[in-house]
Amino acid sequence: MNPTTLSQWQFAMTSIYHWLFVPLTLGMGWYVAYFQTRYYQTKDETWHKMAKFWGKLFLINFAIGVVTGIVQEFQFGMNWSGYSRYVGDIFGAPLAVEALLAFFMESTFLGIWIFGEGKVPEKVHLAAIWLAAIGSNLSAIWILIANGFMQAPPAASYVLNEVNGRLELINFFALIGNPKAWIFIWHTLADGLAMAAFLILSVSAYHLLRKQNVDFFKRSFSIASVVGLVASVVIFLGGHTMGQYMKEVQPMKLAALEAMWETEQPASFSLLTIGDLTGKQEVWSVRIPAAMSFLACNNFTCELQGVNELQAQYQAQYGPGDYVPLMVVTYWTFRIMMAFGFVMMGVTAFFVWANSKGDITKAKWLKWVPAMLALPYLANASGWILTEMGRQPWIVYGLLKVEDAVSPNLTIVDLWISLVGYVVVYGTLAVAMVYLMKKYAIAGPDAAMHESVDAAPTAVGADD
Amino acid sequence: MSYEFLQVLWFILIAVLWIGFHFLEGFDFGVGMLLPILGKTDIERRTIINTIGSVWDGNEVWLLTAGGATFAAFPHWYATMFSGFYLALFLLLVGLIIRGISFEYRSKDANPAWRNRFDWMIAIGSFMAALLLGAAFANLAKGSPIGADMNLIAPEWLPNNLGVTLTLLNPYGLLGGLTTVAVFLLHGANFLVLKLEGSLHTRAVDLSKKLWIGASVLYILLGIYTYVAKFWANGKINPGVVPLAAVVMILLTGYFINKKMEGWAFISTGLNIVLTQVTFFMMTFPNVMLSTLNPEWSLTVYNASSSQYTLTVMSIVALIFVPIVLVYQGWSYYMFRKRISADKKTLVY
Ligand code: HDD
Ligand code: HEM
Ligand code: HEM
Repeated sequence: MNPTTLSQWQFAMTSIYHWLFVPLTLGMGWYVAYFQTRYYQTKDETWHKMAKFWGKLFLINFAIGVVTGIVQEFQFGMNWSGYSRYVGDIFGAPLAVEALLAFFMESTFLGIWIFGEGKVPEKVHLAAIWLAAIGSNLSAIWILIANGFMQAPPAASYVLNEVNGRLELINFFALIGNPKAWIFIWHTLADGLAMAAFLILSVSAYHLLRKQNVDFFKRSFSIASVVGLVASVVIFLGGHTMGQYMKEVQPMKLAALEAMWETEQPASFSLLTIGDLTGKQEVWSVRIPAAMSFLACNNFTCELQGVNELQAQYQAQYGPGDYVPLMVVTYWTFRIMMAFGFVMMGVTAFFVWANSKGDITKAKWLKWVPAMLALPYLANASGWILTEMGRQPWIVYGLLKVEDAVSPNLTIVDLWISLVGYVVVYGTLAVAMVYLMKKYAIAGPDAAMHESVDAAPTAVGADD
Repeated sequence: MSYEFLQVLWFILIAVLWIGFHFLEGFDFGVGMLLPILGKTDIERRTIINTIGSVWDGNEVWLLTAGGATFAAFPHWYATMFSGFYLALFLLLVGLIIRGISFEYRSKDANPAWRNRFDWMIAIGSFMAALLLGAAFANLAKGSPIGADMNLIAPEWLPNNLGVTLTLLNPYGLLGGLTTVAVFLLHGANFLVLKLEGSLHTRAVDLSKKLWIGASVLYILLGIYTYVAKFWANGKINPGVVPLAAVVMILLTGYFINKKMEGWAFISTGLNIVLTQVTFFMMTFPNVMLSTLNPEWSLTVYNASSSQYTLTVMSIVALIFVPIVLVYQGWSYYMFRKRISADKKTLVY
């Protein structure tokens, strides 16, 4: 493997990992803030417990997001110094603003929330969790603005400085108003809400099956199913918009996620396509006529360009080279995300309906719910892999290729050391995190109420 | 605002971020390293952690902001430094990761082995971070083998980043690293003296007396080395009396500790850290990274910066938000200003 490939693997691994934990933070913050608000208003102890219990799970997850986030902040310089020199002018700005505006807010107020109960006025304690939730979602917005520039640099925002060969920012508002970024943002923030909804649903189902804390978990379950449904619908609408905008700015990605080699009018949606061994030629497929035209243009007739035509067009425009992303990946990740998205919409709709019909605690289907936690996680990772792999070979779409972005001074030796190091450290973190999550989720709300050492039951530790 | 003015302004702003980071995380790292030494029982260790529990993450964001601001304002500096010090930075990140996760996870299981392991990870992570930061800054003061294309060149006998990383551990780098560890330990001890009560407090006072000796000796050695090797003459500004004031501060710390002037002792180690950083940035200016191969190849505030437009935008953002951040962060310290006692009833986990 050459240094570029190793750097790509490392970036992919660390980003996917970071991003496994972040959506839960984004979504769960809102739930905890809501529960605490209800407690503040009603003084009903169940709301209090809900804030505490879901808050505990939130914090166990949050810790990993924070420590892996630090790596993200420095990786651009460490592994992609060519990239950092080329776009630092533009890309660095949202990153710096993210730290200044969002990370400070999130970390400071979360600290106040964790340590402040009973020590600061109740209103301040409540405000702290809201500010922390807002802070983390602000951080997502800024990082997606940064990423949006890599995916679809808005023409009004930059110029290429011919003298030093770098991109320069000329309009900050065009950068932050990038439509690509804003489509990312609502799809992603809704993804966070859905992720948290499924965590709440699955843990609640686990306890309801065992008839433990029924009132607590029924209440959690019904809130999460409603929010989960709304979020899934927003995710779908966002995804649909993404497809349409992709046609404008990244037609190659659109063709690649459909494995569509030849231009079609109207374009069909592939249910299953088998390519040949090079992954660049279709052998056999089952298709729904005109469905892809609908996804991409809202009508059943529009023309979509195929991979072969786009490849020829890009070669004419940018010179010789392979402009086709790895299609097995784009094709399958898209299908996984979509399929799971529809399943999520379906099951949450069913939960809402079942809840309104009567007592769910006796339902047989409850035992399947804990496993559904896998759905949003897989959909989420697939979505990002699609997004990032689909822009290959570009690191900044149409402007800079990945091979020109990598740090020239790094060798295979360096990269193996860090790659193996990250795998070991991140792997250990995951083990500790899953262990704690399970323990606290199973221990239930009463255990989460005990914070001082001696009062805590042995089951959740802290009894010395 | 002229381009040159903005470039210098951003150099100063980034210096301020690094100064804030060293001052704040300085005591966090010190507290972290002292944790298994000072805390004999589980409850004592938890008490020690709680002195920084609500603020360490916010303090760490100073580092993230310094990183982000360097990226935005001096992309070449960001690119050269982080790719050049690749493996050292990787180790620093590992240190920060194991430290951060341990703060959150150590009390979440009752098993003493689990807790002890995480406590040591806090100490080791803090130590690694302090040592590597110190070594990195010493090497920045000394200069690095930067080539004509702005990238660091590894020594021929070890043609990869491992080589560069090993050369960071030259005597000056090592001394810088150890001094940073020693000063942070003292700063942390002085912080604990302010925040603890009872027997823990007494022990923290005793410890700070011992730590003061080590920190002063190392600090003076580092000063002498820097002076003799003429590293202070690398840039355009002569730091003058600033480093002397820093030495006075660390010496005064001992006096304050003995006189039981606890607040002053903490302030004086803090000022020592601040003045050391100021000295560093005065010594380098206008370079941000000095090339030891050819002075022409050095990165300076003028050739490493981003465009005038970006600097202007960023200045406006900083002007609005830095004061806000300072206010609420300061306020969060104020709210938790009380001493923390090793009392099971009141400790937050
Ligand atoms: C729970 C997670 C989840 C679910 C159920 C869905 N998505 Fe998604 N999708 C994401 C999570 C996600 C994501 C991980 O958050 C991505 C990556 C980049 C982004 O902004 O969102 C994404 C990206 C992404 C992209 C690529 C955008 C680009 O590269 O420009 C498209 C076209 C869609 N989505 C479309 C859909 C459709 C039509 C769905 C049908 C319901 C869907 N997504 C469900
Ligand atoms: C958090 C969710 C994200 C995930 C899961 C993710 C995933 C990936 C993957 C799989 C790759 C490797 C693609 C390949 O090289 O074949 C990659 C590369 C990369 N991504 Fe992301 N990414 C995420 C977010 C971001 C964001 C927000 C940014 C920028 C702000 C970003 C910047 C990059 C860069 C610079 C590379 C390396 C260059 C490249 O290979 O294209 N990523 N990411
Ligand atoms: C690849 C580019 C990314 C970079 C450089 C980055 C940077 C960081 C950093 C430095 C932190 C730690 C903050 C702290 O200490 O409090 C962090 C955490 C966080 N990041 Fe990222 N991140 C990236 C990808 C993403 C993406 C794509 C999102 C959202 C869409 C995101 C959202 C968050 C959030 C919400 C946190 C809060 C802590 C948590 O995750 O639990 N990050 N990130």
